[in-house]
Amino acid sequence: MKRIYLDYASTTPCDPNVAELMAKFLTFDGEFGNPASRSHSFGWEADQAIDTARQQVADLIGADPREIVFTSGATEADNLAIKGTAQFYETNGKHIVTSKIEHKAVLDPCRELERDGFEITYLEPNEDGIITADMIAEAIREDTILVSIMFINNELGTLNDIEGIGKLCFDKKIMFHVDAAQATGKVEINLAELPVHLMSLSAHKTYGPKGVGALYIRRKPRARIRAQMHGGGHERGNRSGTLPTHQIVGMGEAYRIAQERFEQDKAHVGILHDRLLERVKEVEEVYLNGSLDHKVKNILNISFNFIEGESLIMALENVAVSSGSACTSATLEPSYVLRALGRADELAHSSIRFSFGRQTTLEDIDQTADTLLDVVEKLRELSPLWDMYQDGVDMDAFDWDEYMH
Amino acid sequence: MAYSEEVTKRFKGVLSNPKKFNVGKFDPTDPKVATGMTGAPACGDVMRLQLKLDDNDRIEDVMFKTYGCGSAIASSTMFVEMLKGKTMEEARQIKDKDIAAALDLPPIKIHCSVLAEDSIKKAIKDWEGKSSE
Repeated sequence: MKRIYLDYASTTPCDPNVAELMAKFLTFDGEFGNPASRSHSFGWEADQAIDTARQQVADLIGADPREIVFTSGATEADNLAIKGTAQFYETNGKHIVTSKIEHKAVLDPCRELERDGFEITYLEPNEDGIITADMIAEAIREDTILVSIMFINNELGTLNDIEGIGKLCFDKKIMFHVDAAQATGKVEINLAELPVHLMSLSAHKTYGPKGVGALYIRRKPRARIRAQMHGGGHERGNRSGTLPTHQIVGMGEAYRIAQERFEQDKAHVGILHDRLLERVKEVEEVYLNGSLDHKVKNILNISFNFIEGESLIMALENVAVSSGSACTSATLEPSYVLRALGRADELAHSSIRFSFGRQTTLEDIDQTADTLLDVVEKLRELSPLWDMYQDGVDMDAFDWDEYMH
Repeated sequence: MAYSEEVTKRFKGVLSNPKKFNVGKFDPTDPKVATGMTGAPACGDVMRLQLKLDDNDRIEDVMFKTYGCGSAIASSTMFVEMLKGKTMEEARQIKDKDIAAALDLPPIKIHCSVLAEDSIKKAIKDWEGKSSE
């Protein structure tokens, strides 16, 4: 049976043009030189390729190429932005505002900073899964030096009010970092106008290679950070280490294609999203996680009440999706993002994230929906909770204390 | 994370043929039926186990339903098979470790078999309550 990949929010395949181009920067026949070598043409050619890629990355987000610092990925960019800002501005204050629905690449550096005496406020999203400017306004203090909020949530696809939060931060002279790993190629980003100081970017979420990303660092007004990696002063001293030409060229090309295909990609996932949602709505006791009005359509997160997510994934066999269920995580904890929505824990256990991309077809969606509807019914037949619900038991009021093991 | 062959086989089997794997419900008020339910939706697994006893108090038939991951569902089916024809005392001897070993569950999934062992304990308690009435 054909495998269907619906986990594009986890990673995307490289565009074939990207892979082909990258191969030209590895071998002796290609441009394998060290872009930092100033003394010969091998280095100059590689440096030229880096310049092109830097321009392509900058173009997609409306930035100046001098504002792009290449990193090993969005995780490193998040670390550099958060720890780098905290260390640079710590004499101004030691308070940081972020949210409970950030990626671990933001939350874990924040936890690390708490050990160094910083105080972090973790905001709860509203029930739509969104962080608003009002929430930030309420949380910031005299000693707040940094606000870090993601552009698009990776589990829900929800969009935060980046413009509103940015205006507030610029006004209060607080550094504003945005993790945009899920946003490139999905929403328009124009940093010439969007008030953001620092933005983390990933290549592999946008049909580029894994292992490369970038941090945008605004020049006007200038954002300053302390480097976390030392050894040669590459990237204007912000990130030392020989630039991986092939990776960076791959990222540049992927971003160029993302810009070229922006409308096409958006329309494509829109059709897939709406079709799957329409089919799934036929089922009783199904909940959409995250607001339909404030989200991107390449991600669709749904809870199938009375069914545990991992068992649903297992029953879906040939369809690759992910779940907020505890059983699919290494820690046995259900999704902290879904729990932060304030919904019952069981809806986190029952959630499935479908994410679509360029290779997804309508046939894939229809086949997935057919299987889904079938296995949801079968798994509910197995579920004592579904039984109780059918018997009219008030599931919200039911006291599980005596049954806990 | 790949599943063991036995877990996959049982999971697929019970999905396609629930009756054969004793999925269902007895009337819990029947004096010859003992019911044990364990877990909570918020924890991600719930098992309801029901035993029907014959006149000699042997387990004549078993029914179950489980909300949980594939390993929890597979554990339930195995447990159910092991219970048939046993006395309550014999049933009490079945340990989660036996099921975990038979299904080749990885350490992180051991708790799935505990769910089943707890359910039999609850059912035995229910039975003891009923028979002392």
